Amino acid sequence: MLKKVLDLLDPLLILSAALMGVALYLIFIWVPTETNQGAVQRILYFHVPVAWGSMLGILVVSGSSFMYLWKKNEKWDRLAVASAEVGVIFGAIMLLSGMIWARPVWAVWWTGEAKLTTALILFFIYVAYLMFRGYFPPGAQRQRLAAIIGVIGAVDTPIIYFAANLWSQAHPPLITGPAADAESTLGSDLGIVLMASTLAFTFLFIFLVQTRYKIRKSEDDLVELKRILSTSAMTGVN
Amino acid sequence: MVNQATQLAVKADAVVKNFGETAVLRGLYLDLPTGEVTVLLGTNGAGKSTFLRILAMLTEIDSGSISMHGVDVAQNGPIVRAMTGSVLHSPMLYADMTIRENLMFFAEMYRLEGVDELIASTTAQVGIEPRIDDRVRTLSHGFQKRVALARALMHEPQLLLLDEPESGLDSDSVEQLDRIIENYKSMGRTVVMTTHIVEHAMEIADRAVVLNNGTVGLNKTNPSGNREEILAAYSSTGNDR
Amino acid sequence: MMGSLSVIWAIGRKDLLLEIRNKDVVVAIAGFALLVLVIFTFAIDLNQGNAKLVGPGVLWAGIAFAGVTGLNRAFALEVEGSTLEALMLAPISRDLIYLGKALGNFLFIAVAQIIVIPVFAVLFNLVVFRWEMLVISLLTTIGFSAVGTLFAAMSVRVRAREVMLPLMFLPVVTPLLMAAVESTSHMVHGRSWSDMAQWLQIAVAFDVAFVVISAFIFQHILED
Repeated sequence: MLKKVLDLLDPLLILSAALMGVALYLIFIWVPTETNQGAVQRILYFHVPVAWGSMLGILVVSGSSFMYLWKKNEKWDRLAVASAEVGVIFGAIMLLSGMIWARPVWAVWWTGEAKLTTALILFFIYVAYLMFRGYFPPGAQRQRLAAIIGVIGAVDTPIIYFAANLWSQAHPPLITGPAADAESTLGSDLGIVLMASTLAFTFLFIFLVQTRYKIRKSEDDLVELKRILSTSAMTGVN
Repeated sequence: MVNQATQLAVKADAVVKNFGETAVLRGLYLDLPTGEVTVLLGTNGAGKSTFLRILAMLTEIDSGSISMHGVDVAQNGPIVRAMTGSVLHSPMLYADMTIRENLMFFAEMYRLEGVDELIASTTAQVGIEPRIDDRVRTLSHGFQKRVALARALMHEPQLLLLDEPESGLDSDSVEQLDRIIENYKSMGRTVVMTTHIVEHAMEIADRAVVLNNGTVGLNKTNPSGNREEILAAYSSTGNDR
Repeated sequence: MMGSLSVIWAIGRKDLLLEIRNKDVVVAIAGFALLVLVIFTFAIDLNQGNAKLVGPGVLWAGIAFAGVTGLNRAFALEVEGSTLEALMLAPISRDLIYLGKALGNFLFIAVAQIIVIPVFAVLFNLVVFRWEMLVISLLTTIGFSAVGTLFAAMSVRVRAREVMLPLMFLPVVTPLLMAAVESTSHMVHGRSWSDMAQWLQIAVAFDVAFVVISAFIFQHILED
């Protein structure tokens, strides 16, 4: 029983749990409340690292999709789908936490600011990536086509960002909240907490991707086994 | 060695193809010499059609290698496709264009020259010229199959791939098909076909290959002389799926 | 080079011939887009003041949604008779098949716009018969057909492809859509080329990037 529990303890899990504990301590106990925005400002200590995690996810999907098309090695496909799943979940948390923060501070849930628009569109592209995988019959073709969506998303990203930037200049975002323009009163404390929290979420991200990757590997091994079993069943051996 | 390799119309080495959980070809080795008519036998799911689609370069293999007339398929797609003519399950024609328009279009795809004479001679060979200006949609399935054959023959390929060519043909058309295959062989070219009329195929083929469970179960020349053995091998594959 | 161009043109011309006989795709695109325009004239309280404000957005949203429907249909036609496989049997490289199909789709969406844009001008009472409109329309249609052809080919074998194609297509073309709407907006407000230059640059960048990358990537799509 104890051994089973110990087996489950991945070093990455321990590391990210420990870092997460430190980050939570810093966020809720150590760092003083920001005076302009109030307690709601603490959301940013989650929002920023999660946003970073989702961007990391997109980077890994694009990179490994490209590598899959080039090398045709299954491990790149597994890495791509694992980080797409984790990245989309991080992306959803990023969008929600951002909106909850923006409502009291900016007085709107959402605005056409360039980073927001870009993040939202990319979120949709990677949701489409996962949906496509869900709808397509399994096999090498699915992996190739999914990798193409990953590459397309990467090519599109800078264009989306430029367009969104230009668009937000033409339509200045309506940010009228009480503390929208005020300087932070925290100074370097803010940076320390953000750093710690980002580190914690990065390791959480890596742990989740690694776990998903392993599950994916087991799924592939299972398919391989089924194929081999169908061979011996048909030839009557065994 | 190199010389011998170029003598082979088809050389397949350790070809593996899976569709998800289904393994279709599990390490298939097959050498087919130039100038022979080979018939691929095996039950549904044995991998005949998949293997033909792989030779036609419509399906990509997962591992292994294939070369045709000494040219590696993976690196030289267009060159190999120019040497190959295929008639697969579907006639693959534009239903709302006439026979002539279809053939003209595919002649452009193959970058052929002297198209008008070529179309005239090919359509005469397969006996479709009376209806050459009819839309394909108005033709019977068997007739469409002949148009598909004309499309496959037009660029005079070295290797002709036929997937159950007799299906939908009447007995006259089958005889005509036999003459075309015979004629093809006499020019020193190669034919690889699958069929559901096993007895008939063994009469016209130089070689019978029985696919069993994604590999070559039996590979025999002179099929009409070895019919018992081939039929035994063929029927023993009958228990899959 | 000339040989490649003639193959691309042959595929596009073949699509055009079939379209003249069937009228499937252009009618679908134009009809859908016109309906979007008409519905919006009811959905928003249209008047002289806001037509310039909302008109360009309605026009391009309509064309984007209608274009998706048409692309779906256009590729389905090539797949139904397995004729896509006949193209794949030919000794031409896959990028030529892509460029030929993209050319056909470009022509379909362009012809549909020749019907839709004048109706838009009437319904929204805006002046659109200007060189700017031609340039905007060309750049947008190139991008739509480049991305749309790629995704239509990809979603052919997908369950529920009618759903999947717009879900992939629309987010990816968003920057192009922004560029089309913003430059059309500049145009109807009577501003100069230099005002819309940056948007046209984005559209050009989008077109170049996706025509090149799609032609390059298309070979991975066709084999099963």
